[in-house]
Amino acid sequence: MRQAFLAIVLHDLALAWRRRGSVAASLLFFVIACSLFPLAVGPEPQQLRALAPGILWVAALLASMLSLSRLFVQEHADGSLEQLLLSPHPLALIALAKTCAHWLTSGLPLLLLTPLLAQQYSLPAAPALLLSLSLLIGTPVLSLIGAVGAALTLGVRGGAVLLCILVLPLCTPVLIFGAGAGAAADAGLSVVPQLSLLGACLALALFLCPLATAASLRISLE
Amino acid sequence: MSQASSSLGPAGVQRGGSRWLAYASPARFYPLAGRMAPWFFAAAALLALAGLWVGFFVAPTDAQQGEVYRIIFIHVPAAWMSMFIYGVMAAYCALALVLRTRLSSMMASALAPTGALFTAIALVSGALWGQPTWGTWWVWDARLTSELLLLFLYLGFIALESAIDEPRRAERACAVLALVGTVNLPVIYFSVQWWNTLHQGATVSLTAAPLMARTMLAGMLLMTLACWMYAIAVALVRVRCILRERGLAGVARAHA
Repeated sequence: MRQAFLAIVLHDLALAWRRRGSVAASLLFFVIACSLFPLAVGPEPQQLRALAPGILWVAALLASMLSLSRLFVQEHADGSLEQLLLSPHPLALIALAKTCAHWLTSGLPLLLLTPLLAQQYSLPAAPALLLSLSLLIGTPVLSLIGAVGAALTLGVRGGAVLLCILVLPLCTPVLIFGAGAGAAADAGLSVVPQLSLLGACLALALFLCPLATAASLRISLE
Repeated sequence: MSQASSSLGPAGVQRGGSRWLAYASPARFYPLAGRMAPWFFAAAALLALAGLWVGFFVAPTDAQQGEVYRIIFIHVPAAWMSMFIYGVMAAYCALALVLRTRLSSMMASALAPTGALFTAIALVSGALWGQPTWGTWWVWDARLTSELLLLFLYLGFIALESAIDEPRRAERACAVLALVGTVNLPVIYFSVQWWNTLHQGATVSLTAAPLMARTMLAGMLLMTLACWMYAIAVALVRVRCILRERGLAGVARAHA
């Protein structure tokens, strides 16, 4: 079972490596979106610093939405998704593996870029690192919830927009706790409550979302 | 997945022996819904008349808010119904996924627009009340925000349903979505509440209001019952429309 999990993760990672352009594109989107806000809001460092956690979190949320619509599409198009459904391993595990690979290719790079982008907003080093920590716990939840939406909208017309409409309201708790952690870190308060709540969201999503994704995949391919 | 699909034919009903399952068959339900809907509409109209009469002529003017408070006779029932209908919808979706009864998912999709309507009414009437009372159309109060997110969940459900052409797949996909939303709804509610209290003190607390006059409460309860009856009646009519669209009503007429 572990071998199947690893095989799918490595397979997806290899595919993503072959098509580096699309991973780079969503990273570029993240960087550009973050750079637009100072232009629109104004360059005062104090104001930008106050807005930084929220802006970085919203940009990360939108960037992870971009790549979500591709999560099952290729497998659906070439028929290998049906083969995965027929495999003896539980479908929830396969869904979890694919979600994991999605996070490694979309969530993790954002995380690494965040401390760098935080400098644009004159956020000091310590809060910037804590903000990255909140993204480390929060972005897997975004991928997990997004996978349910991606499976539900598989092969549906206007799927990418619909995906955002379905998933974004469900992601609000993660956004609230994540950006809250960043703001608390910047204000010099304890970030433990927000990070604990994010961890609770992750634990719940890790358990429930693969099951819901598996059910949705079965429905989509019926 | 496919082994469960035959559990609810006529055979399943006979084996179960339970009467109420018989009405899960579209053929029986279609005429029954047609007979029940007018009664629920009539009850809704009578209760609404009574509730509005109590609300506008019997209930006293509020000492602090004046006449503005009378919007609660619309606002509070709509807000209650918006949450209650989501729960009922999710319950029907769970039934549809577990028992594979098609009528349950039709009930869920029939309830969704009514739920969205009540949510919108609650938001709009709240804004109309907030302008003279709080001095602003909108504040990011915990209740307001969670109600807005609830509206988004309803709209997502409706959008997903209309995007999938195949009815079977649309029903089941929407059922999964509604259940995911139900699990997430308490999380959203509490996260919004904590978010709000983390940032600013409580703006206005509805629970801390002084005890309501008995006539005010009576008017509100009458209006709630009216909304309830209306929701049932509209859902029944909408299920009949869905049955006709799917061509299941013809079967119903042949049986009846």
